Amino acid sequence: MKTVRRDFLKVAAVTAFGWGICPTVKALASGGARPSEGLFFASRHAVHVGPNALKAQRWAMVIDTTKLNEKVVQDIVQVCHTTHNVPDISGQQNIKWIWEAPMENLFLDDLHEFQPESGAKTALALCNHCDNPPCVRVCPTKATFQREDGIVIMDFHRCIGCRYCMAGCPYGSRSFNFQDPRPFIAKTTPDFPTRTKGVVEKCEFCAERLAEGKMPACVEVSEGALAFGDLADPESEVRKLLAERFSIRRSPTLGTNPCVYYLV
Amino acid sequence: MYHKSKILTGLAVFIIFMTYPFWNNIGSAAYVRPELEKVKKAKECVESVEFMRAEHMSMLNEWRDEVVRDASHEYHSTVNNSVYQKSLTKTCMDCHENKDKFCDKCHDSVAVDPYCWDCHVDPKGVQK
Ligand code: HEC
Ligand code: HEC
Ligand code: HEC
Repeated sequence: MKTVRRDFLKVAAVTAFGWGICPTVKALASGGARPSEGLFFASRHAVHVGPNALKAQRWAMVIDTTKLNEKVVQDIVQVCHTTHNVPDISGQQNIKWIWEAPMENLFLDDLHEFQPESGAKTALALCNHCDNPPCVRVCPTKATFQREDGIVIMDFHRCIGCRYCMAGCPYGSRSFNFQDPRPFIAKTTPDFPTRTKGVVEKCEFCAERLAEGKMPACVEVSEGALAFGDLADPESEVRKLLAERFSIRRSPTLGTNPCVYYLV
Repeated sequence: MYHKSKILTGLAVFIIFMTYPFWNNIGSAAYVRPELEKVKKAKECVESVEFMRAEHMSMLNEWRDEVVRDASHEYHSTVNNSVYQKSLTKTCMDCHENKDKFCDKCHDSVAVDPYCWDCHVDPKGVQK
């Protein structure tokens, strides 16, 4: 068979086109265990926990805003920030893992001015450990990633401080260390490392405590205001609360699918 | 040869300059292994001493990735069948209590300065 130049060019063009789109196809589908993960969905890391660890398919938190009072809120913030060596810096450069905020700042879509007088005026805010976390997708070093049990966690060793995640997070859950945090830590807990200037930090659902079989520190001191459990298990405390009471989430219309629920 | 004297002086200066490190070291003592603080709590390290001397840096890097990225916290030693928690502060510094007299002493003698302590806490350092 004689190959004419015309045919050869056609084959060459198709091959070149195939090659051209190959990286795109890979990028859309790569980076995860499941084909749906990749550019459009964050990839998830398998968790190999020890025998004592608490396990779940999908960790979630339920905050009962009616049970929060000044003392409980203070205790929660205090215990979280001391166990994780979160520095106490005032002003714009402050660093927070869990904090108190007015309801109207937390729930931009769901509340209006005619709410009952008795309702909670403030609630606690923390990382929502979204099912579709924007911070994970924008992180250029994969320093922030999502575990298979849903926890959005940071590898502080890899953080280069670019702050894309802070731009990506619609909830303001992330703080940046503008300066060395050590002088601002009143009492250092040796068991948890501090951070350095130039890294971002946030709540990690106490992943290091779950690994030891302990509930998150905030849940332990919350006197029942915070519930923590497996969203995939219909018998879990969180699922029961969600089935019984009316609950809302922060800005669900953004499509991030937050996993911190508020009972109002 | 043109400019003989200039070339020869130049060469001499060059050779002396290049071999300066050797001259400078003549007479100074050879590297001595620093005297490290003994561990009172245990007889054995997590692995053999030879392995630890040569590989502790990569071992710590592996621990770090396994703990943070895979949530795998248990290390099974190959020398004594014990299980250790993969932790810099909670494991290494529990036995090697004095960072100054153990880790730092050796590191200073070989001029390495791990940046880990910018974040990780030396439990003894806190009490000081
Ligand atoms: C159970 C206690 C224990 C733990 C935990 C431990 N070590 Fe050791 N380590 C020892 C003992 C004991 C020796 C001395 C062994 C000998 O001389 O035979 C030693 C020796 C060493 C040496 C060699 C020192 C030399 O003489 O050259 C290094 C390096 C070392 N350890 C690093 C570490 C690091 C890094 C860790 C954390 C991963 C660690 N050790 C955890 C007990 C421990
Ligand atoms: C016997 C001497 C010795 C002792 C004791 C020792 N180290 Fe080291 N360590 C070294 C040497 C040598 C290097 C550099 C290796 C290299 O650069 O390849 C090093 C490197 C490291 C690194 C990697 C540094 C980097 O920049 O990558 C870490 C982390 C480390 N050591 C931790 C420890 C800790 C923690 C201890 C105490 C428990 C300890 N070392 C005790 C000799 C020692
Ligand atoms: C930017 C701060 C930072 C620096 C620098 C840093 N770490 Fe860490 N590291 C952390 C934090 C925070 C954790 C705890 C993560 C957790 O428990 O969820 C951690 C955890 C670890 C762990 C496992 C848990 C534990 O308790 O030790 C190891 C091992 C570790 N780091 C090793 C290292 C080594 C080796 C270095 C230096 C080469 C280093 N890290 C430098 C912040 C840091």
